[in-house]
Amino acid sequence: MKHLLSIDDLGRDGIEDVCDLAESFLEVTQREIPKVPALRGKTVASVFYEDSTRTRLSFETAAKRLSADTMTFSVSTSSVKKGESLRDTVQTIEAMGVDAMVVRHPSAGAPHRVASWVDAAVVNAGDGRHEHPTQALLDVFTIRRHRGPDLDGARVAIVGDVRRSRVARSDALALAALGAEVTLVGPPTMLPESLAGWAATAASDLDEVLEGLDVIYLLRIQHERRDAAYFPSLREYTTRYGLTVERAARLAPETLVMHPGPMNRGVEIAPEVAEGPCSVITEQVANGVAIRMAVLYSILGSGTLMSGAGGSGIGGPGTGGSEGLETGAPDV
Amino acid sequence: MADAPRAGQPNEAAAAPDNSGGGRFVFRADVLDADDLRRAHTRIAHEIVERNHGAERLVLIGLYTRGTAIAGRLADAIESFEGVGVPVGALDVAFYRDDIALRPVQPLGPTEVPVDVTGRVVVLVDDVLFTGRTARAALDALTELGRPTAVQLAVLVDRGHRELPIRADFVGKNLPTKRAEDVRVHMAEVDGGVDGIELWGPPDGAEEEGSRDGEVAG
Repeated sequence: MKHLLSIDDLGRDGIEDVCDLAESFLEVTQREIPKVPALRGKTVASVFYEDSTRTRLSFETAAKRLSADTMTFSVSTSSVKKGESLRDTVQTIEAMGVDAMVVRHPSAGAPHRVASWVDAAVVNAGDGRHEHPTQALLDVFTIRRHRGPDLDGARVAIVGDVRRSRVARSDALALAALGAEVTLVGPPTMLPESLAGWAATAASDLDEVLEGLDVIYLLRIQHERRDAAYFPSLREYTTRYGLTVERAARLAPETLVMHPGPMNRGVEIAPEVAEGPCSVITEQVANGVAIRMAVLYSILGSGTLMSGAGGSGIGGPGTGGSEGLETGAPDV
Repeated sequence: MADAPRAGQPNEAAAAPDNSGGGRFVFRADVLDADDLRRAHTRIAHEIVERNHGAERLVLIGLYTRGTAIAGRLADAIESFEGVGVPVGALDVAFYRDDIALRPVQPLGPTEVPVDVTGRVVVLVDDVLFTGRTARAALDALTELGRPTAVQLAVLVDRGHRELPIRADFVGKNLPTKRAEDVRVHMAEVDGGVDGIELWGPPDGAEEEGSRDGEVAG
């Protein structure tokens, strides 16, 4: 396929293919010389209209380990300040000879629009509240590496501000595609208004779903933004939805504790739990590089995976339940 | 652990037994049967030890997919008559190929080499030597793992049509082929069933259709 805009572009087979490919790249990242010449001569541009450390660094590391050249565009140091439009900006970047653009934007659907304007391949690195497909892929990859490739019937709880989280949406889509049972957990103000399109169930009492979980996935509380308006206090959120030491003790020993980062230690997750034996949070970061290598290689190298994507690059932000080019609360 | 090979990988080395070249290929000849293959493995194992005056500094590295099975058998044979356990590795050369983006190139499994190759004699092991492009990629892949004192190449079949200045040090059988033909290797560890090597080709009068195989698949 040409672009990776939504998890829906991949389907079950595509997700599994990318994860299989990432196994090979994970081995590459663990070598003494963690680099292969596969994408020599290709150029990957990071086009970030929103702050990010780990996603941008992860993509750039992935591109470099494939021997691609990288360019970084960051809105804070660019002509966007002079009023240049998104279309003019990406077409200017493309004119410099770019094979792929990794796009993050606060508006849902922006990467889809970019894909319709440029010939380069476009990878969605997070668009508003809509999707963050590579995060979902690295999360699925991490779970598979612990549980084996079969996620059928795995019980996963995604806890936090699900309604405004692109991570929750992409993860729920990917997990459901692989047959996992996903429960969205949070106060009613943070759960989706409708579960249509989510392939998940919802619960507002975390303690009721703890037993028998295979994975507990904690979303970041963005208390520096407006999240504080959705619950009375951080302390109350922690009391009801935080993964405290007491709650963690009730999890089965093989339950995986996951978080997309950056963590608010002591809010959605207790520091002892984040460092504890069930936590795979650091692995998620390492696996992110391997997954992004697999995505870039699939798009720029082999061109074989995700063949069903076809024309989905053009048009709206898909069926994920987004409301078009609306500015949402960015999370990861 | 080595992943199961992904289906539908046209590759010079792993001359896909199922469908490479499409379903139009027809069987032409048996090249080696299971007994022939057993003898070829035994002879190559002896030649490797003879050439290197022993097996102490050796490491056998198989190229995915069938090269890994062959490397394992060569190591078993060497252990049986020499009493030395030779380390066996597996090498995936996909990311080093020169035809990435010209055709679908997928990795066949994770590279796993259990020892430091620096200061050792590496014997690269593959099933079929054809254009030499897989061997070239393997040399690049190997360079990043260390600096062997020497690199040698062992193959079950040398079918000719080299496109690069590469030759094998140890050969099971020299098999003159037409470029459009297909050498199909069956190894029990990889393919199940019985070992054997067969020559397939396009039906008479359709040679020109098959000629594209050698062009890109290298």
